Amino acid sequence: MNTQVPRLRPGFRFQWEPAQQAHVLLYPEGMVKLNTSAGAILEAIDGQRSVAEIIAALEARFPDAGPLANDICDFLEDARERHWIILE
Amino acid sequence: MSATGSSLNNPRPGPPLWLLAELTYRCPLQCPYCSNPLDFAETRDELDTESWFRVLREAREMGAAQLGFSGGEPLVRPDLPELIAEARRLGYYTNLITSGIGLTEAKVAQFREAGLDHIQVSFQASDPELNDAVAGSKKAFRNKLAMARAVHEAGYPMVLNFVIHRHNIHQMDDIIRLCEELGADFVELATCQYYGWAFENREGLMPSADQLATAETKVNAHRERLAAAGSAMKLIFVTPDYYEERPKACMNGWGSLFLTVAPDGTALPCHSARILPIEFPSVRDQSVSSIWYDSPGFNRYRGDAWMPEPCRSCDEKDKDFGGCRCQAYLLTGDADNADPVCGKSPHHDRVLAARRAADHATAPLAELTYRNARNSRVFAKA
Ligand code: SF4
Ligand code: SF4
Repeated sequence: MNTQVPRLRPGFRFQWEPAQQAHVLLYPEGMVKLNTSAGAILEAIDGQRSVAEIIAALEARFPDAGPLANDICDFLEDARERHWIILE
Repeated sequence: MSATGSSLNNPRPGPPLWLLAELTYRCPLQCPYCSNPLDFAETRDELDTESWFRVLREAREMGAAQLGFSGGEPLVRPDLPELIAEARRLGYYTNLITSGIGLTEAKVAQFREAGLDHIQVSFQASDPELNDAVAGSKKAFRNKLAMARAVHEAGYPMVLNFVIHRHNIHQMDDIIRLCEELGADFVELATCQYYGWAFENREGLMPSADQLATAETKVNAHRERLAAAGSAMKLIFVTPDYYEERPKACMNGWGSLFLTVAPDGTALPCHSARILPIEFPSVRDQSVSSIWYDSPGFNRYRGDAWMPEPCRSCDEKDKDFGGCRCQAYLLTGDADNADPVCGKSPHHDRVLAARRAADHATAPLAELTYRNARNSRVFAKA
């Protein structure tokens, strides 16, 4: 998975919602409120960076969190199964 | 304050997260299951562009994130592109819910430019004859197909909506194949909900238990096939709650997430609540925030202090909130009652009677009451 590049599925929008104090994922007639870690991972997805680069960026952003590769890969796999993201 | 029966012992509700903007009741089609009010033709005074801007802004400030433009047919509003642009600027995820009639490739592109996120095209059937017979229009199907293709090509996510009833439920295989061919991302197979015109026409629309079971088997087989093929197309099958023994958690609770604003500015907790003997506030007179938090109409069925038996002492009341107020009203004459879909309701026999009627119904499509201004005026007089 490390060299693959994730991007949001067309029609899906990720944004911060002040009223919910959370990041959300919006899609046709649906909305998912994301927890902090899911929000941080999706925020790092820009359609350019590979999974390895995203892991490195998040580990640099949260130095106290220890190694994050497993958690990030699990989340991305789950997000792909739900068809939130495309991994190519 | 306690006039509302609920504002004292219930915590302040969260903000509305979904806003349904019914821009107009005008529509070129005549679907006999339309959820618009029976007397829709009496509504002439639509909110103007500036008023909609204010409604959008106020609801967005409160936290609304999902926005649906619907109707009637929203395309008949000439200011639709401006409304879309304003919604995008405010940060909404904007859905256009359309019959596809009046849509052109130029508009599809123009709306995209303005920031529209998604267009949902509704179909009446998988073939032109039946589609156009249900819609009460001669060239609806051809137009819809062309527009579904244009929507897909413009890069929108594609949601196709089929309203399902006893006259098209046998088409499940064809409908799903058509959706695959069109490249749909989501397919809503929505069995009629019996409000508005659909309630009037219930006997002629409601599928029998056998029809429903056959359709469910087919949908499940397609789901398995699609999953095995790694397809992202999602099938959402909404079955009629008349075949359930427990009611739906209607609107996720009265005044908890959803806010509808009708064409004339009336604010409603759901698009069918207008039928209830409750005075609902108008965005012409009040801010969206005071409507949502303070109006008696929106507080009427919040919490559970209003519930009579059997709901009052039921341990499932946090799960379904006693079901749907409109259904209780339509079937029992009193909106406070438990939704008669519930097996514990003393009025459950009315739902059972509707099921029995569905087993024996024989009326052809042509005998249904079509949704048009002429029929609407008849209801308005009655
Ligand atoms: S259900 Fe049919 S008649 Fe009613 S608004 Fe939609 S397209 Fe028009
Ligand atoms: S009695 Fe009322 S609360 Fe209990 S399950 Fe039935 S509808 Fe829901």
